[in-house]
Amino acid sequence: MGAEFVQLSLTPILIGILAAIACAIPGNFLLLRKQALIGDAISHVVLPGIVAAFLVTGTISTWPMMLGAAGAAVVAVVMIEAIRRLGRIETGAAMGVTFTTLFAAGVLLLEQTDTSSVHLDVEHALYGNLESLIWLSATGWTSLWDPAALADLPPELTRMAVTTLVIALLTVVFWRALKISTFDEGYANSIGIPVKTIGFALVIVSAVAAVAAFDAVGSIIVIAMFICPPATARLMTNRLEHQILWSIFFGAGSAVAGYVLAGYGPLWLGSSNAVSAAGMIATVSGLVLGVACLYAPARSRVTAAGH
Amino acid sequence: MTTNTLPALELAASDGHTGDMNRDTGLAASALAVRGLTVSYGTKPAVFSIDATVPKASMTAIVGPNGAGKSTFLKAVLGIIPRLSGAAYVDGKPLETMRRAIAYVPQRASVDWDFPTRVRDVVTMGQFRSLGLLGFIRPAHRKKTLECLERVGMADFADRQIGQLSGGQQQRVFLARALAQDAGLYLLDEPFAGVDAATEKAIIDVLKGLKAEGKTVVCVHHDLATVSDYFDHVLMLNIRKIAEGPVTTTFTGPMLQETYGGRLATTHIDQLKLD
Repeated sequence: MGAEFVQLSLTPILIGILAAIACAIPGNFLLLRKQALIGDAISHVVLPGIVAAFLVTGTISTWPMMLGAAGAAVVAVVMIEAIRRLGRIETGAAMGVTFTTLFAAGVLLLEQTDTSSVHLDVEHALYGNLESLIWLSATGWTSLWDPAALADLPPELTRMAVTTLVIALLTVVFWRALKISTFDEGYANSIGIPVKTIGFALVIVSAVAAVAAFDAVGSIIVIAMFICPPATARLMTNRLEHQILWSIFFGAGSAVAGYVLAGYGPLWLGSSNAVSAAGMIATVSGLVLGVACLYAPARSRVTAAGH
Repeated sequence: MTTNTLPALELAASDGHTGDMNRDTGLAASALAVRGLTVSYGTKPAVFSIDATVPKASMTAIVGPNGAGKSTFLKAVLGIIPRLSGAAYVDGKPLETMRRAIAYVPQRASVDWDFPTRVRDVVTMGQFRSLGLLGFIRPAHRKKTLECLERVGMADFADRQIGQLSGGQQQRVFLARALAQDAGLYLLDEPFAGVDAATEKAIIDVLKGLKAEGKTVVCVHHDLATVSDYFDHVLMLNIRKIAEGPVTTTFTGPMLQETYGGRLATTHIDQLKLD
């Protein structure tokens, strides 16, 4: 665990952990509000948004991409509502239709666009470029105290760290209102909590997490982290406070385990090529959920409730 | 829809109930006053142009057949669902400025009881107004939570996950949460629906205690047989208001027939022990 680890693996692992946590925290509330598919929808519609932003600006710099993705997320939310109301189609189906259509449109748009000069393609959209987010100027652990080396950290790391911190802070500040309105919207309304605003803010925060994570780690991790860690965490405890902490643990754990398995697993099996870290992280989070379904302490709660 | 109902509402306003608030003598003297309340789902009115006045320190039942808009009325009064028109006043002031004085108990079936939280956490939600967004839960809050659970006979269950409770126990926890609000006006949506006899007794004892303290209780209620025993005031709804007033003079056979559109058997009405 020396210089090579710091240079090649430390930043991808940290970015993976931060992306997992940023998605897992709002994922808990989406799951309890039976809106888990929103995370899925948002992470898919990010693609056409980013492609459109690229077409307009001709670059893949951060802010145009963020704005494009946010715009696409808003379009998606409006489309879902419109399909649901005008077509009288249930919400889940409306979301499914919306995100597949928009994602497919994004793929078509991408094919028609000359993006050969920049790093923007369908593969990138699906599983990001986690392995390439290395810290070139690092020479070892001491680089963590070297301002010159720190200045050369991948910008994705700083962006993801700020996003995760903001999401964590918002969750703490609005915890009580979020919890009450998630559990009992009518009651929350009656005591003056602005439930519509809170519900909308939750979707926005999820979109911000998805957009920030998308660039670094791709949509596969985003989708997995919105659902798998919170669902696993729900099986571990019957208290929301503990569920959030468990989901952070499972998200971060999947990121570390998935990255290590992707990098070294094939070597252990005698193959020389590493596999996609994003794919492995998402797979690990799914497997952890599978194990929790069989053995977790709070999994038998439905039968215990007796209804 | 809007164009259809608005002229009718103006008509209702012109007969003296709504219109000028200052001349509305019922407002200030009442715990809850509703004026010209209309709610519509799609193109059909669910509740149409309702005026109602709930006296202070009364126990009021809202009765009416299924689909009469009883729950809708309550939710629209609270602003949980949008009103097409109308207003609600608590102690003569607009309800929106009086939320601190109101405790609402929603239908038990309206929430997912599998939610990961404990009984004591649900009751603590009732103290949101005094805790605020970030206030720490202090010993006084914990004591209050346990006192409220004690009043509904659920103190022993404080640390249970709410999904592990029976339906009656869940209803009592909801009532404890409302008690924790220290409100003056309690609005309950079907508090006796699907609960066991012990819970029904526990709830009615608490509600009668509230009335004795000078507080006002309003329940959406579907069991006509207990209206005379539990309540002193009644509001009879079937989309429109059919009648309101003291149970002894208002809750009568003819009024029931009108409220239920003649669907009640006369033998059923005879069994209601009407005076």
